[in-house]
Amino acid sequence: MMMVGYSAVRLFTIARNITIANGADVALTRPHNSGVKQWQLDTRRIGDDLLELSCAGHWCLDQDLPAAGAVLAEQGDGFRGLSFNTAQLSAWDTGFLAFLRALFALCAERGLSIDQEGLPKGVRHLLAMADAVPEQKVAKRGSGKQTLLFQVGAATVEFFRGAPAMLFFLGEITLSFGRLFRGRARFRLSDLWWEIEEVGPRALIIVSVISFLVGLILAYLGADQLRLVGAQIFIADLVAIGMVREVGALMTGIIIAGRTGAAFAAQLGTMQVNEEIDAFKTLGISPVDFLVLPRMLALMLMVPLLTLYAGFVGMFAGMLVSTTIFDIGMFEYYTETLRALELKHFLVGLSKGSVYGAMVAYAGCLRGMQCGRSAESVGEAATSAVVTGILLITIAASIMTIIFYRLGI
Amino acid sequence: MNTAPHIEIRDLTMAYGEFVIQRDLNFVVNKGDIFVIMGGNGCGKTTLMRALIGLQRPAKGTVFYGGEDFWGVEPEEQERLKRRLGIMFQGGALWSSLTLAENVALPLKEYTALSPRRIAEIVSFKLALVGLAGFEEFYPAELSGGMKKRAGLARAMALDPDILVIDEPSSGLDPLTARRLDDLILELRDSLETTIVVITHELASILGIGTNSVYLDTETHTMINTGNPKEAVASGDPRVRHFLTRGTA
Repeated sequence: MMMVGYSAVRLFTIARNITIANGADVALTRPHNSGVKQWQLDTRRIGDDLLELSCAGHWCLDQDLPAAGAVLAEQGDGFRGLSFNTAQLSAWDTGFLAFLRALFALCAERGLSIDQEGLPKGVRHLLAMADAVPEQKVAKRGSGKQTLLFQVGAATVEFFRGAPAMLFFLGEITLSFGRLFRGRARFRLSDLWWEIEEVGPRALIIVSVISFLVGLILAYLGADQLRLVGAQIFIADLVAIGMVREVGALMTGIIIAGRTGAAFAAQLGTMQVNEEIDAFKTLGISPVDFLVLPRMLALMLMVPLLTLYAGFVGMFAGMLVSTTIFDIGMFEYYTETLRALELKHFLVGLSKGSVYGAMVAYAGCLRGMQCGRSAESVGEAATSAVVTGILLITIAASIMTIIFYRLGI
Repeated sequence: MNTAPHIEIRDLTMAYGEFVIQRDLNFVVNKGDIFVIMGGNGCGKTTLMRALIGLQRPAKGTVFYGGEDFWGVEPEEQERLKRRLGIMFQGGALWSSLTLAENVALPLKEYTALSPRRIAEIVSFKLALVGLAGFEEFYPAELSGGMKKRAGLARAMALDPDILVIDEPSSGLDPLTARRLDDLILELRDSLETTIVVITHELASILGIGTNSVYLDTETHTMINTGNPKEAVASGDPRVRHFLTRGTA
């Protein structure tokens, strides 16, 4: 023992073996640590001022090492400095270093001096390296929780701050279309064709499936009510006008918002992360012309066509249900559909499709261009694009329905 | 006692489909080495690293860790071997939704039973070691490229790995920070007996800290030199000397 003629000796408990998550043993990362897993800490007073800590055994991450605060608290206040004896220290790693660093920080707070001579050379070097660059005090962040009221207020302020940015982007797109009509917009036609293929033909399968099912639902819904008054034949009117004028465009808009709007935001967001959009700006090329315009054009051209297609698929589904389930003749259904449909229904559907396409493209490109510089913000941009797109579609649908009603179309 | 080499690369061929990146690689990394994998742009350094750390299966050959065939064992065994490695990716590869402290703490939370307070102490120490004390609560997006890289090293060191694999440690760092990082690598080797595998083409680092090396040639698609890079400057293959002297030899 090292305590001859000195004050308190504290022997801390032998560390317990620790079960490591997933059955892995951290000692595996330090082969020389294998063997007896224990640490030992003895303390003794040297004279009136100095406390010597004797660290023996294994001071490694796989041990339940003591807390620096507890060690100092055990010793009270009757000393002015610390020294170390590590003659019996058989293994150490970051666990020992973290313990010492925490201990040194506490000593600094209490104004205690530290003599590191007794520590292994490697320990001294690594501790010195950790202190070589001063801590960035200004960089410290408060991690205090915000109240609900604060969060609601902040979100509201953020929303109103975002509104001018949305208008600004709308203005940029308008100017870009102006340049397009004057033949001055710079973008590659191949990009436009690629986008057209991506948002049009490649979306046919999902649009077909959804429109077929919606047409089927409409037919069933109509049959259920019209059967009560013996007017099942009007299923054809309901499905035809419903699909061509309203539902086809709405469903296509929502499908495109989820499929293409999110893709636009993710593509442009990733380009923001990679500084590709900055590169366009530095070359004097408008990223709105080069990236946003082809996407806007592609959707504004393709969504009306998809809407038209969705209408026909929905009518086909309605006819299938009516003829097989509700005993309406195919020719009868066809004639009734022709009688019900007018050109204005197609025009309303197509105009709605164009507007929804523009809304989805606007939302997707806006959120993509506003994206931050991290992978997380790309995800947020994609989510926000879908939410914004569907919200804009719903608002536009309401306004257009009222306008068309007022105009008697 | 296990007398097998610490890391052994045997008959390793890396390819993307029909395109061979590097073929017939054979070399040994000894315990305590600072082993430099060097070569010109596009020679396959990072591809080789991906084979070493289990991200890409080689077209042929394998890697042995302490005599255990990494690519020949079951996935569970591979996971166990992987825990001996700490990897620093070229750009840091920090998880963007986590703060720096959370990035470094994650391996400690997953693979140790340490208390949150002890984990916080270790995280603080690791970040201080790479010169990022005080940046615990920052998110990666708020840091410069060099800071991300250093934070990536702090995360790689979190569990005191037996082997530290570092991809391009010095590129993008200012000379003083690069020197500090080299000193840290030397100290980790000396103090914690960590074996370091460095993928780099930074001459200052290669000649400053490398104790062993392999040179991957872009034209012949294979290794043409092994050994201490300082000796390679004096008496190595002419192509390697040419590379290590910036074309003056």
